[in-house]
Amino acid sequence: MFSLFLYFFMSFFDQLLQFFVSGVTQGSIYAIVGLGFTIIYNSTEIINFAQGEFVMLGAMFMVTFNAALGLPIPISFVISVIAVLIIGILIDLLIIRPVRKPTHISLIIITIGASIFIKGVAMLAWKKDYHAATPFSGEKPISIGTAAITPQALWVIGITCVVLVLLHLFFEYTDTGKGMRASAINPKAASLLGIRVKRMVLISFALSGALGAVAGIIIAPITFAIYNMGVMLGLKGFCGAVIGGLGSVPGAIIGGFALGVLEAMGAGLISSAYKDAIAFVVLLLVLFMRPTGILGKGEMKRV
Amino acid sequence: MKGRKLLFLGLVLIISAGLLVTSCEKKPPPELTGEPYVIGGVFSVTGRASFLGEPEKNSMELFAEIVNSEGGINGHPIEVVIYDDEGDATNSVTLVKKLIEKDNVLAIVGPSLSGNTLSVIDVIEEKEVPLVSCAASVKITEPVKKWVFKTPQTDVMAVEKIYEYFVANGITKIAIITVANGYGDSGKEQLKAQAPGAGIEIVAEESFGSEDTDMTAQLTVIKGTDAEAIVCWGTNPGPAIVAKNMVQLDVQIPLFQSHGVASPKFIEIAGDAANGIILPAGKIIVTDQLPKSDPQRKVLMHYKEVYEEKFPGSKVSSFGGHAWDAMAMIAEALKVSGPDRAMLRDEIEKTTDYIGIHGIFNMTPEDHNGLNIDSAFVMLKIENGEWVIIE
Repeated sequence: MFSLFLYFFMSFFDQLLQFFVSGVTQGSIYAIVGLGFTIIYNSTEIINFAQGEFVMLGAMFMVTFNAALGLPIPISFVISVIAVLIIGILIDLLIIRPVRKPTHISLIIITIGASIFIKGVAMLAWKKDYHAATPFSGEKPISIGTAAITPQALWVIGITCVVLVLLHLFFEYTDTGKGMRASAINPKAASLLGIRVKRMVLISFALSGALGAVAGIIIAPITFAIYNMGVMLGLKGFCGAVIGGLGSVPGAIIGGFALGVLEAMGAGLISSAYKDAIAFVVLLLVLFMRPTGILGKGEMKRV
Repeated sequence: MKGRKLLFLGLVLIISAGLLVTSCEKKPPPELTGEPYVIGGVFSVTGRASFLGEPEKNSMELFAEIVNSEGGINGHPIEVVIYDDEGDATNSVTLVKKLIEKDNVLAIVGPSLSGNTLSVIDVIEEKEVPLVSCAASVKITEPVKKWVFKTPQTDVMAVEKIYEYFVANGITKIAIITVANGYGDSGKEQLKAQAPGAGIEIVAEESFGSEDTDMTAQLTVIKGTDAEAIVCWGTNPGPAIVAKNMVQLDVQIPLFQSHGVASPKFIEIAGDAANGIILPAGKIIVTDQLPKSDPQRKVLMHYKEVYEEKFPGSKVSSFGGHAWDAMAMIAEALKVSGPDRAMLRDEIEKTTDYIGIHGIFNMTPEDHNGLNIDSAFVMLKIENGEWVIIE
């Protein structure tokens, strides 16, 4: 009797472990996408809805250079990141900067327009098919106890962690990083102090373009690449960033992972039919109880 | 400044010239003197279902071109008028009305999607124009509507075919994993409805979102049951991810897929994980493997040849075949009926032993699909990245 109970308990534990591993894999994708939102928000306080499109472009360029043109993975990686970085800069120069009376809301709507435009061009350039990307180091699954994970998922988790550390150091300890945050909080005061606000915004678009590309490149072997992949990824990444606290780098990571694990647990333990609903219910609960997110700082306004 | 204005003017001219060129209708070859027979088409040529609409439009135009070059129908050329509903059901209704009232068509082929077809049925029945749909849902022809026909195989038949295989191979306990959209839900409904009759027990029932990228959680649950096979019902990319995740989790039971993934694209994106998968599919995908005795072989070879010659670089898909079959049956019926909608409808309903792309059609007043399971589907297995017919 006891051994039977133990058997059920053990197999339940095994399942739980796999749900957790699945959730972490998925969460790392949300986390790295969410980071892109954080960078632009940190320097402009606008939410860049074209972030998902940066991810898509990264994946598409990688497929083109690596799978179609046959360049080695590291070279394709670098070229793809630079290509999307340039697209990020162009977005700032061509459509954000020329706006006459920029308000947050008008800029956000402009990014939605940019996202639709990029998606349309991508559809013409890469057609409406799915494209397969080559995994970095094979497809042989790796066992963690009784659970299994693909090598590519480890790449995603690893690169996300590296990016997290680098970004945290950048925003907290470098002059440029601090300048970017200052430009968001008060652009006028920042420019009075000699910070070149426009340049900070430009850097943030370049950086989030590059980061989006990295995200797209590393997840493409798991998710495949298609012109409209950015929409759902952007939404989930944004969701994760909001749960963690918009504007906080560790927050975006924690939020993304939390969302992934919750989805996997929900799908495994409750019902896979309600997977997305569970994620959005959690988002609502967090917003009700802690509107600034888990790690977000309360907003202070002095009058 | 002046240069800019000129540039702008130039651009406007170029764009409007482009629009003019594309809006010109194709004229039938001049040697046919009879009054043209106008047939309308409504397909999702652009938008999310463009993978259906584009080959359908191409096939319909190609069919008309070939008939006209061979002397038309009793000396009358076929003229096709095709509109794009962009995947939107509201557009389908408007365009069907336009075809009937403005273009005065004898019959309509399409729409591409089940939802869109279901929403135009009221108009069709009211205006009394024969419609041959290219959409899959069994609800289009069951119950039978007087003016509505369809050519694609239904998921009822696909499920029947898979269960036939299970019964023959002694599989009684299965797990199902379906995509949460119209296609997956309809498949799930059929899988559950036909299970008791085939003596099959569904021990796990999971689903996934159409844009989900990881199904390991669902498969872990399935792995914990005593299922002897998994049936996955969806369209790309979900089923490919299910296949990959099964390799990752080392799930050893066989995976069955629906006809929704019967395209080379599936093997391309699923890679090695595709090997061993079994699915029912239309014969078009294995044309070269069909035995010489198969009556459809000649039709399929011909279609493949003319299509790939006319549209270089593109490969025939099962979807274009639906429009081809629809046109062929309408053309055959027109030979007898002449330009009369009611008589044309009656003739389409009398179609017997039409050997088409997707099976051998026998329409009756009770069956407006006219397909039987033996000619409509073959069971395929993917081996070393190739489709292989299994018995």
